[in-house]
Amino acid sequence: MSAGAPVRPCYAGALPARMQLTPGGTLKHFLTIEGLTRELLTTILDTAESFARVKDQPIKKVPLLRGKTIVNLFFEASTRTRSTFELAAKRLSADILNINIDTAATVKGESLLDTLRNLEAMHTDMFVVRHPHSGAAQFIAAQVAPHISVINAGDGRHAHPTQAMLDMYTIRHYKRDFEPLCVAIIGDILHSRVARSQIQALNALGTGEVRVIGPQTLLPAAVEELGVEVFHDMQRGLRDVDILITLRLQRERMEGAVLPSEHEYFHLYGLTPERVALAKPDAIVMHPGPINRGVEMDSLVADGTQSVILRQVTLGIAVRMAIMSMTIAGSLEH
Amino acid sequence: MSMPPVPPLISKMERDLKALLRHRGIADPLMVGIHTGGAWIAAQLHRRLDLPEPLGLLDISFYRDDFSRLGVHPRVRPSSLPLSVDDRHILLIDDVLFTGRTVRAALNELFDYGRPASVTLGVLIDRGGRELPIQADVLGQTVDLAPHQHAKLLGPDPLELSMVEAGARRQVR
Repeated sequence: MSAGAPVRPCYAGALPARMQLTPGGTLKHFLTIEGLTRELLTTILDTAESFARVKDQPIKKVPLLRGKTIVNLFFEASTRTRSTFELAAKRLSADILNINIDTAATVKGESLLDTLRNLEAMHTDMFVVRHPHSGAAQFIAAQVAPHISVINAGDGRHAHPTQAMLDMYTIRHYKRDFEPLCVAIIGDILHSRVARSQIQALNALGTGEVRVIGPQTLLPAAVEELGVEVFHDMQRGLRDVDILITLRLQRERMEGAVLPSEHEYFHLYGLTPERVALAKPDAIVMHPGPINRGVEMDSLVADGTQSVILRQVTLGIAVRMAIMSMTIAGSLEH
Repeated sequence: MSMPPVPPLISKMERDLKALLRHRGIADPLMVGIHTGGAWIAAQLHRRLDLPEPLGLLDISFYRDDFSRLGVHPRVRPSSLPLSVDDRHILLIDDVLFTGRTVRAALNELFDYGRPASVTLGVLIDRGGRELPIQADVLGQTVDLAPHQHAKLLGPDPLELSMVEAGARRQVR
């Protein structure tokens, strides 16, 4: 860290859950699902539903965030997440700045805090942050000026709350109520920030049963404590499931040999049409993308009639519009 | 102050609208109600004028100019308008005309759907207190209210006007 930029004291002992809310209980930042109430998550989904139809207007834009400047601050590669945030901002009439830190200032030796101070000095209103280190978005939220909102677009293995909310929105879109549902999350739970956020959101929304299915080496220690049923066998785990969420095998996050081979993984845990048939006939198949075809999912499933993977992308824009406008409204209240 | 009953006001709006359309030579207007009260009034007028095309609806929440004070409404009802309003004569209907900001927001949203030939504004009551140069073309009645008093339409069945004193819970009908 360089000398010039002062470090603001972190909120002493503040949990991100409390830190991301205004004193009035509305969203100011969006860092994690953990600690958010069912009521607030439902408000996000309702708001997203209101925004969902903007895409059907001849001019796909509403003037809600006109004059606001949003910075996509990506310290890690992303195409889908970055571009859906960008589209969401544009449909809200905000101005958006895309900054790829890999290729920008830090290469020249500028510290993260100096980068933040410079972006603040440009009179920006929101940072959408993706970072390879867990807790990065929370750190940035603690450091930025009070009028700036921070949205976590994925931090290390910790959380990816907007992805989880777009998955919840997709589930509600197809199945309406969470109570009667059995949801199975399949694959690499250990390295997945998406899975962690999904499990928290599903439980907060009162989902009947949440299952994780995967080899022991890809499940975190004491995974049951997250509020899930654990299965190591697809035959048993997929029985009577309403929602199948397959996770990407995170090759870039694998340390050491946790798997014999990708071929072996597909043989044991790959989602094939035969395995989808074990779930309920009207079950839907989801994936946060990008898909490793033939590793965690057969192409016949990815492109099949029960797949809603591309719908997830479409619905994700409305969810991000909702979270962006709610957090900006929260920081105005602040 | 007591509020006037609604049905005679709608009858007056119906008469005045018919006369205005005749006078302007408009044969195929497109009626659009502003959620929620305006949509209720528009539904009745739409039936009485026997308009062939479906009633359009606008929810102007995303077009308001007080987002910074009020934030986002979680449940914004869908606007439904024909894909294009290009060259159409629009009858824009609302319940209470106050500052004029709702009508301004509605006009902005309408223009995101195209370029209408004309927009005619019909409102149930005009309560004064305008902050923008917007006036009704067709009006049920003028009701003078003090700045702290607010008129509210209850409905949809029956439709009833009520007056709320700001700061008090008391409703006068």
